[in-house]
Amino acid sequence: MKLGSPVHLRGFATWSGTFLLMGVICLPGIWVMISAIRPTREILARPPIWWPEDPSWANFARIFGLGDTLVGIPVHTYFWNSLVVSLTSTIVALVIGMAGGYAFARYRFRFKNAWFLGLMLFRAVPGIALSLPLFILWSWFGLIDTPLGLILVYVALNVPFTIWLTDGFFRLVPPSLSEAAQMDGCTPWQAFWKIEFPLARPGIAAAGIFAFLTSWNEFALASHLTRSTDSKTLPVGLMDFTAQFTIDWAGMCAMAVIIIVPTLILTFFVQKHLISGLTLGAMKG
Amino acid sequence: MAAITLEQVVKRFGRDEVIHGIDLRIAHDEFVVLVGPSGCGKSTTLRMIAGLEDLSDGTIRIGDQVVNDLPPRKRNLAMVFQNYALYPHMNVRQNLGFGLTIAGEPKEVVAERVQDTAALLGLSDLLDRLPAELSGGERQRVAMGRALVRRPEAFLFDEPLSNLDAKLRVQMRGEIKRLHTAVRTTIVYVTHDQVEAMTLADRIVVMQDGRIEQIGQPMTLFDHPVNTFVAGFIGTPPMNLIPARIAGDEIAFNDGQQIPLPDRFTALVTEGQSVIFGLRPDHLCPDKKQRETGTSLVEIPLKVHMIEPHGAEMLLHARLAGQPVLGKMYAPRPVAPGDQLTFQLALDKIHLFDAASGRSVTAR
Repeated sequence: MKLGSPVHLRGFATWSGTFLLMGVICLPGIWVMISAIRPTREILARPPIWWPEDPSWANFARIFGLGDTLVGIPVHTYFWNSLVVSLTSTIVALVIGMAGGYAFARYRFRFKNAWFLGLMLFRAVPGIALSLPLFILWSWFGLIDTPLGLILVYVALNVPFTIWLTDGFFRLVPPSLSEAAQMDGCTPWQAFWKIEFPLARPGIAAAGIFAFLTSWNEFALASHLTRSTDSKTLPVGLMDFTAQFTIDWAGMCAMAVIIIVPTLILTFFVQKHLISGLTLGAMKG
Repeated sequence: MAAITLEQVVKRFGRDEVIHGIDLRIAHDEFVVLVGPSGCGKSTTLRMIAGLEDLSDGTIRIGDQVVNDLPPRKRNLAMVFQNYALYPHMNVRQNLGFGLTIAGEPKEVVAERVQDTAALLGLSDLLDRLPAELSGGERQRVAMGRALVRRPEAFLFDEPLSNLDAKLRVQMRGEIKRLHTAVRTTIVYVTHDQVEAMTLADRIVVMQDGRIEQIGQPMTLFDHPVNTFVAGFIGTPPMNLIPARIAGDEIAFNDGQQIPLPDRFTALVTEGQSVIFGLRPDHLCPDKKQRETGTSLVEIPLKVHMIEPHGAEMLLHARLAGQPVLGKMYAPRPVAPGDQLTFQLALDKIHLFDAASGRSVTAR
């Protein structure tokens, strides 16, 4: 193809547009990452300094308490709390949500549509509106400042969405596949795991990512329900950098990077399961 | 290889009863076709045999064993689904071998049986393909192979050819018949296509509204339908069915036309009885073909209003006593709509059904 031909130009325009748009969307993230590797005085400089003049990992060393200062923050503990809470709540939400999605996709029962609508309406309630009732309930049950308390909240937040998403994917898998597997000698359970689960995997993977990200990033509820290193998660931990009169922007940015990186890695690994379209071809051509 | 017996089988969905107590004995090695219009309960019956639907009442036996409460996997039956239901994430080899692998057969045995089955069905070159990469006919063959490879007690086919185009359907019909001759297994086959039923079956079960209307060999159903439903359902084009009345030694149509009442019916009908007169288009001909067969004929003049050339023969649409009738011309010659032709009506091919019950007057 000749350079400068209409098709080439259009491709160029598309890519430039995409790049520009992504630049705008990612700007805050990029700014956080840049700020994580430079000192506070550079972050606050007027006029702004666009590119770090002396990039270093000092901020990271500092928040881990390795630097020459004593401003250590229990990042390990927060990270561990976040990991435990997010992974557990994701797995539990997936198991419950998948079972629910399967039931909605395959079985007929009374008030099915009302149930489904109800679940979706729960999603419409702003999470922060729940914080006070939750706080009171959890304090009765002694769940304040425990990982279990957070896990329960996140499971409840994620189950409706997981049901909604997996329901759609299970609907795409024809019921006759499970029946064929049962004729072939499978128990219904085997038929599910060997046939229907692999075919609905893109949906389940997507639901998993969403559930994990929700739990991992959630701040509002966690900030009310946690108070110590026993259960504080990374987003809540970020607030440790605000003191009465100052905010440690550099440390906060370094910690933000620590929060972002695992989600990027997870998304990178799970995305290959998102490839859809496998169900095509089971049926007639 | 086993016989399958259904005794007073009833199926209800909620308060709706869709199968009203059917009895059926399918012999060992027999090819039985369940046929009927959609919604007649033929697929539900098959799925109850398969174990995919529960029985509401009655008994199903495979061999000597009552299987009412056995899950599908313990019945040792294989089923070919209308949509093939191939596992999309497995290639042909894995699809064929799935049942054997689940049963815990050693790898070598699975591989060997898959090879044999693939060779039998001409799938050997396709073993590494995914279902999405196969044509309709190939998918159909894989679905059959998946059933075949397990050597089950019986095969169940649920409208297996209805997703194929006309040409492929005829070809696969031949393959299924050949397969049955080759492997001699009990086959229960569901279709709404009476041509498939006629060509494949040892015995046909005609169903309507959750009841069995008639069971018999294809030619028995064709020649001796017990009621107007079977008469109209089996055979293409369908039998002409025209209301009439018995008047002395004649069958009188509503417009006053009469034809003689054949002797074999005289003892079976009463004077003045309302009947349905039945005659296949094959026996209502405006040419001399029938004369040579030596049957007794009556001539009636009919006006042709539509013509359907089929090549070797021609279908003629006319009206008799205000009802549409079809005739057949075995030696087509030019006919134009509106022509008046003399049709010969073969008296010994006439069927008479009681108008009230729809049952053949000859049926016991």
